[in-house]
Amino acid sequence: MSADGMPVPSLAASAPCAPPTGNLVPLLHEIRHALTRWLEQGEEHVIDLRSIPLAPGEEDSLLEQLGEGEVNARLSISGPSNIIETRYPGVWLITHYNENENIIGRFIEVCEVPGILKSQAEDSRAGLERLENDLSNAETTA
Amino acid sequence: MSKDKTLGETLRERGVSRRSFLKFCATTASMMALPPAMIPVIAATLEKVRRPSVIWLSFQECTGCTESLTRSHSATIEDLIFDTISLDYHHTLQAASGSAAEQAREEAMQENHGNYILVVDGSIPGENNGYSTIAGISNKDMLLDAAAGAAAIVAVGSCAAFGGIPKADPNPTGAVSVSELIKDKPIVNVPGCPPIPAVIAGVLVQFLTFGLPELDHLGRPVAFYGNSIHDRCYRRPFYDKGLFADSFDDEGAKKGWCLFKLGCKGPTTYNACAVTKWNDGTSFPIEAGHPCLGCAEPDFWDAGSFYKALSAPTGDIGKTAVYAGAAGLIAGAALGASLRARKQSAVKNHERVTIDDLDQES
Repeated sequence: MSADGMPVPSLAASAPCAPPTGNLVPLLHEIRHALTRWLEQGEEHVIDLRSIPLAPGEEDSLLEQLGEGEVNARLSISGPSNIIETRYPGVWLITHYNENENIIGRFIEVCEVPGILKSQAEDSRAGLERLENDLSNAETTA
Repeated sequence: MSKDKTLGETLRERGVSRRSFLKFCATTASMMALPPAMIPVIAATLEKVRRPSVIWLSFQECTGCTESLTRSHSATIEDLIFDTISLDYHHTLQAASGSAAEQAREEAMQENHGNYILVVDGSIPGENNGYSTIAGISNKDMLLDAAAGAAAIVAVGSCAAFGGIPKADPNPTGAVSVSELIKDKPIVNVPGCPPIPAVIAGVLVQFLTFGLPELDHLGRPVAFYGNSIHDRCYRRPFYDKGLFADSFDDEGAKKGWCLFKLGCKGPTTYNACAVTKWNDGTSFPIEAGHPCLGCAEPDFWDAGSFYKALSAPTGDIGKTAVYAGAAGLIAGAALGASLRARKQSAVKNHERVTIDDLDQES
């Protein structure tokens, strides 16, 4: 089975008891279209994996297909979050966990860098304030 | 948290980073089945909200709905939800008791008259106050009093939304739903026995960000109750191919085939179980091999056997309906009495009760 020449892992092999929903290949095509649009028009795209019915094992097949590229970032934000660039540069897989390390959300983003990975101006302002206080305390102590 | 500060201000004061907030907004949008494009809108709106007062009344219920919400494993999300509201009265969760608790309710109602959200779980008994009172006040009086100053009412669980199990035949307490008593306020029904915790929390967030959600003909938010369990079920391809389990231990059951013939109510039940799932997204009844009972639908307890296929109406239900039509409720009660007598006789003689016997009673 292939989609545009891409090898697609066998669903039957990864989940012998689960009937495939048939959503895996269309999902990969949606990613292909989104990547094309981003390259040609700079349009970003987000897919919420929770909104798509996937049989047990199908999500694993999708993750296997997307693979892991050059970036793997772990964020500590009210529980961990994991952001990896897949083996298709510009296609990112974002997984949010709660503090018990259970998955609470999973998204595919097609963009240059996912927004949540960038430094946030509000946090930078608070950080600047802390740095100024630290320096002022250091000068007082000295 | 002061009620005068916005949620954004409070979170920053507590050292919650912008990234954490964005994560909360992303997972909330996902939970509310909103398109990811709405994430920035939720973030912008939620940041500016001031905490509304929430009064939670519990009537004829089992506390399962509160258990559902508070036993959720997504502590981060629910903590943030509770940061966005001021839960001013909730029998089970509040520290105060007795007259101090009732005083807290009355004060919250006065201070926030016209603006608070009233959450109700449990059905309301009929005219006999003896079935359920709180601090000597009948459930009906307390509901009417609290509803008068509410901006909106959220009926949590099948009991508050539709009467639920207390209303099941023969409805000994004369139980009714919230919407049968209140006609002049917006009511959002969040049925389920219990409802999915993320759905309870999601409805509250949706109310805070976008106001009243879009509702279906039964007053349920379309975002969570817009699709049937069957529409979103991962076993649906087997239904389409005509592959069914015929018993709980046959080859079809082992292969994960469709549970329609075992009485699955998925095709007529509207809820988010198949997508949101339970126990922190682990699975849902059908994934565990059991048919959907249809607990989020009105009168699910009296809707025929849990184990008869939807397309095969049960003889007993037909008979009961005919009798009820012909001779009122007496026939239904008589059928119930005969079944009870048979059960008692079975117990006395140590007879084994089979699935077929259980079916006769449902």
